[in-house]
Amino acid sequence: MANKPVYNIPIGPIHPALKEPILFTFDIQGEVIKGVDFAPGKTHRAIEWMGMRRNPVQITHLCDRICGICGVSHTLAFSRAVEQIAEIEVPERAHYVRTIIAEFERIQSHLLWAGVAAHELGFDTLFHLAWRVREEAMDVIEYLTGNRVNYGIVQVGGVRRDFTDDQFPRIRQALDTYEGLVGKLVTLFLEDTSIKLRCMSTGVLTETDALELCTVGPTARASGLKLDVRADSPYAAYGDVGVTPVLPDVYSDGIHGDVYDRIVVRLFEVVESIRIVRECMDQMPAGPVLWETKYAKILATCKKAEGEAIGRVEAPRGECFHYVRMNRSEAPEAWKVKASTYSNQMSWLKILQGEQIADIPIIVASIDPCMSCTDRVSVIRDGRPDVMTGEALHRLSVEKTRRLQA
Amino acid sequence: MTRQALSAEQVAEQLQKTGPKSISDVRTKEWSEGLKKTPVASIWLRTTPDGLPATIQAVIDIDYPHFSVASGIDTGDAVELLYHMQVFHGMPGAEVNITISVPVPKKNLVVPTISHLIPGAVYTEREKQEMLGVTVAGIPDPRGLFLPADFPKGVYPWRKDETGITEDLVKSLYASGRPEDRPAPPVKPKEKKVKKSEAPDGEKTAAEKAAPAADDASPAPDAPDTPDAGTPEVNTNGE
Repeated sequence: MANKPVYNIPIGPIHPALKEPILFTFDIQGEVIKGVDFAPGKTHRAIEWMGMRRNPVQITHLCDRICGICGVSHTLAFSRAVEQIAEIEVPERAHYVRTIIAEFERIQSHLLWAGVAAHELGFDTLFHLAWRVREEAMDVIEYLTGNRVNYGIVQVGGVRRDFTDDQFPRIRQALDTYEGLVGKLVTLFLEDTSIKLRCMSTGVLTETDALELCTVGPTARASGLKLDVRADSPYAAYGDVGVTPVLPDVYSDGIHGDVYDRIVVRLFEVVESIRIVRECMDQMPAGPVLWETKYAKILATCKKAEGEAIGRVEAPRGECFHYVRMNRSEAPEAWKVKASTYSNQMSWLKILQGEQIADIPIIVASIDPCMSCTDRVSVIRDGRPDVMTGEALHRLSVEKTRRLQA
Repeated sequence: MTRQALSAEQVAEQLQKTGPKSISDVRTKEWSEGLKKTPVASIWLRTTPDGLPATIQAVIDIDYPHFSVASGIDTGDAVELLYHMQVFHGMPGAEVNITISVPVPKKNLVVPTISHLIPGAVYTEREKQEMLGVTVAGIPDPRGLFLPADFPKGVYPWRKDETGITEDLVKSLYASGRPEDRPAPPVKPKEKKVKKSEAPDGEKTAAEKAAPAADDASPAPDAPDTPDAGTPEVNTNGE
């Protein structure tokens, strides 16, 4: 066993086991991973560069497009930063609208992840089931905002749409559906023998490592770190309804920090989200939802603003961080976006060490990575990489179709 | 381990007392949202590159922080790095945001690493190195992070001076760093779409005007039925 040679195996950037482009390099001895390294940046879209050439009202729509799943988190974090700089007072009702949408986003994101995790384990029936259950949350989001992705609901100074009272029964119906399903999901995911065998004591991240590697969100909480922006620095309506960070000991015996614990945290966060939405609907005050309906006035206020602020939001995957500095000009002087995966990626180096090849997909997926879609591709010709543009690829594809048709 | 939360003012006071002399311009701010107006406190302070590790150590002495990220801005004659972190996480409502601002002069763009104190910081330090051209002294992993391997050297995307992204780089990014001693990719130049009415052959145009449906250039069998003779040819091109 000890005499087996160590092989260096690259996996990615595009690989059937990974849903998003990232390059992993593994040193493998037999079946065991001896060393790990990864190279992100296959999807860098320079959104910050684009943002620094636009005004804050335009940037909120750019923020929507940073991620297709956390549509509201990035916009909310950016808006909060701008509101702090320009000292814009957001109406109370808008805080509640923001909270309800953010929580529905968490439900759909966690169920999406549950499906992906089941698929990575080779349990495709469960994957289809989880995604069918997720549709209900998507339908509610579409019913409330008009869109399934890129909701475009959060605006600097409030939200763009109000909820009417006749919309509440539909929300309650969706919450009731999920409440009835929680027991079923727990049975399917947490009491399943094969999932237990595959996930327990796999990809363990200790509490100290979780803190020192700056992990966030469910990844950190599964290791026992009580880290939740909604509870620690309450924003929107979270201060009113109160949030208890979900730790894995609500279901499993003790905190192990393994893949199983990450499933527990995400499933029981759905329960917490249901409670938060219910309380928000009960406490929701009446009133306007936008600080100022004329965009020209919002723009003028932002243009006069000077200073710097940070906006932090608990996205489904963890802390989403925006830093904005404005300097009495149309576009912000600086804008830094930190998505949740950015903080969690470092933990891969720890949790993949000493695991087996077959567990790579589920361990990689267990932090719920989000690297977005690819924007360019490298073609290796004569041993050297050659970057191809989308246009060239399209032309190549057209030529191949013609060849096949001939 | 018992952790005790302090207020933002107490944290600021203790940082000034126990931290290095370089700490200056300490400001505390508060922001609240919602009906109950739950306040969230943040501290902004400034230090020098040499005093950065000692400042981080002073924060760790109060409470081991959760390190969010470091952002960087080109402010003209200096590159300002901002280290964002939070102490007292896990205590509802007691969290204090700390932002340590470090202006690094462009004459000597070197900042010491903090990865021996917070191991996770190496990730964001790698990004600062390649995006801003700041040298992080003592970084355990000096490789790039997000930029492609063939990105032109000496160009730092977040800089606003002459080493930043130029206009021509924006227009044709795919061409940057592409070796010149190599044949172009085997992509045929785009065929020019020839519209029936713009055909150079005048005789043919005249013939077309007389009977557009009988044009032998369009091989599609259903062409005589369609009133627009140009459509079938576009379809065969696949464009």
